[in-house]
Amino acid sequence: MSVVPQTLFDKVWQAHVVSQEPDCPPILYIDLHLIHEVTSPQAFAELASRGIKVRRPDRTVATMDHLTPTLPKKLAVLDDSAKNLLDTLERNCEEHGIKLYPWGSGSEGIVHVIGPELGATQPGKTIVCGDSHTATHGAFGALAFGIGTSEVGHVLATQCLLQERPKTLEVVLSGTPGPGVGAKDIILGLCSQIGIGGATGHVIEYRGDAISALSMDERMTICNMSIEVGARAGMIAPDETTFEYMKCRPMAPAGEAWDAALAGWKRLRTDEGASFDRTVHLDVSALEPMLTYGTNPGMGMGVSGKIPDPTNANSASEADALSKALDYMGLKAGNPLAGQKVDVVFVGSCTNSRMQDLRDAASILRGRKVAEGTRVLIVPGSAAIKREAEAEGLDRVFTEAGAEWREAGCSMCIAMNGDALEPGQYAVSTSNRNFEGRQGKGSRTFLASPLMAAAAAITGCLTDVRTLLNE
Amino acid sequence: MQEFGTLQSKSIKILVDDIDTDQIIPARFLKTTDKLGLGKNLFSNWRYGEDGSENADFALNQEAMQGRTILLAGDNFGCGSSREHAPWALSSWGFRVIISTSFADIFRSNALKNGLLLIEVDAEQHALLVAAKDDANIAIDLAAQELTLAGGAPSEFPIDAFSKRCLLDGLDQLGYLQSFESNIEEYEKGR
Ligand code: SF4
Repeated sequence: MSVVPQTLFDKVWQAHVVSQEPDCPPILYIDLHLIHEVTSPQAFAELASRGIKVRRPDRTVATMDHLTPTLPKKLAVLDDSAKNLLDTLERNCEEHGIKLYPWGSGSEGIVHVIGPELGATQPGKTIVCGDSHTATHGAFGALAFGIGTSEVGHVLATQCLLQERPKTLEVVLSGTPGPGVGAKDIILGLCSQIGIGGATGHVIEYRGDAISALSMDERMTICNMSIEVGARAGMIAPDETTFEYMKCRPMAPAGEAWDAALAGWKRLRTDEGASFDRTVHLDVSALEPMLTYGTNPGMGMGVSGKIPDPTNANSASEADALSKALDYMGLKAGNPLAGQKVDVVFVGSCTNSRMQDLRDAASILRGRKVAEGTRVLIVPGSAAIKREAEAEGLDRVFTEAGAEWREAGCSMCIAMNGDALEPGQYAVSTSNRNFEGRQGKGSRTFLASPLMAAAAAITGCLTDVRTLLNE
Repeated sequence: MQEFGTLQSKSIKILVDDIDTDQIIPARFLKTTDKLGLGKNLFSNWRYGEDGSENADFALNQEAMQGRTILLAGDNFGCGSSREHAPWALSSWGFRVIISTSFADIFRSNALKNGLLLIEVDAEQHALLVAAKDDANIAIDLAAQELTLAGGAPSEFPIDAFSKRCLLDGLDQLGYLQSFESNIEEYEKGR
């Protein structure tokens, strides 16, 4: 019997199709539903108005992250509307028997950080959340994607979604990154190569030697930003690195169940000869540390580059977009980015707030001082990471350098909790979006890795971190 | 959900590529448990100045644009965050149709849940619509999948059968999913 070779995506997808009616998208079963305070209240309200209970509270996990303050312990929430959303989530979880990791409990964190940390995120699962960076969980070989609030309601009520089958895109990463170049530079490199709509309608599988060599923290950074090229999800086949990470996580299977799970997980790889709808290659050895200069993650370049000139753009609309972006950013075509003054440095977000990110930032800040007039915020992704970093003494490295060491949360990634830039201010940010106003109205963002962010913290301007590695 | 049949309107042109959901509705307006009333925050950062005054040159603030229900946008509309507040704000302002050369995936799915018709046109047709006079009428017939620019011939636009049915009949997707309860139970038992 000949078996049709399948991709990793095909395998996970096929295992979750509940029903397939003609002229209707397949009904897909969802193993794990993550919820947070901002995109869930209207979904619970919909259930209430129909008198429906949550179908599988045991497959639902809640945390508070977007609106929670990151100043030490139980300080006032930003305003009444923020408080109302936090209270509403707590009430909804209580009423439906959903496990909540509340703010201030010591178990809270950014939804995409705590899922893996708890071991709730597992290879081969389907995972959704009312948040576009759900793709993060794909680093474990899960099919994980963001959904809207109506769909949050669908999953709460039925544990299922109506989903068109996406196309597949293979991203082959080869080569060894040079010094100062890491996972964030790789994904920013992909964004600038294929553009922010480059993978719309597709699920990406990241493959190649350069991927196998990465830690789980780094793989999560890459999968996290799959949405920034428009992809539905990003996946990486699980391997020994994945299994090692999974072992002994609180919600991971144990004992015999572990052995059984492991046997299944090992089959979760793309078969020899399986085909993808598209393929893209990226040689990571050619990358420099990356920075964005514009107002979407695709407008990025190597640190030694010059800001592109709209007159050289491929089309009129591209030229328009670039002029508009440079205008907003207050930058001039043809100039280098290095040396550009920055006001704030933010290390955090579900892209770069895990231990490896904090260690990277600390490696540059250790024994040095933050530049005069630069504000530096370091925000761990979860309360557990905060404790681990403190046990390692990273908090002292940061505070001795003159940075602020905060409580866990989304913080300045989305600037909903009070941590925000002033209009016109420049920030180097390890988050995932440099959209106009993303970090506060009028905010101007340069996306970069934790290493590059730390370098800017020391010098007060955009700086090639490689010059600090050699010192 | 509001049903969609035919519609005729002049368009509002916001011809920027890659309009992300942070522009459609900035995050500071997401602190609500409601869906209604978000129209006043639609495109807030482009629409209002520092002091809250209206930017006179932004389309939504112009007298002649009031009451129009078709938005003509640039490529890759609705990228970025998954916030359904984006279609809520667009609908709440009064839009019923958005025309672009492409839409981001999550936005597309969210729009459908809210009776917002997304029409994907090719670059050539997009250019025709962009070049048309500001007060040119556009007629849309969903059942026939036809778009007609005043003075021109009707042209067909693509839409998948399910989305079409959802919009034409105002299909309740949650109710539809619930009707598969026995399949879902069976699936769970079979794992
Ligand atoms: S850290 Fe930023 S991108 Fe991640 S979940 Fe929070 S707001 Fe969204």
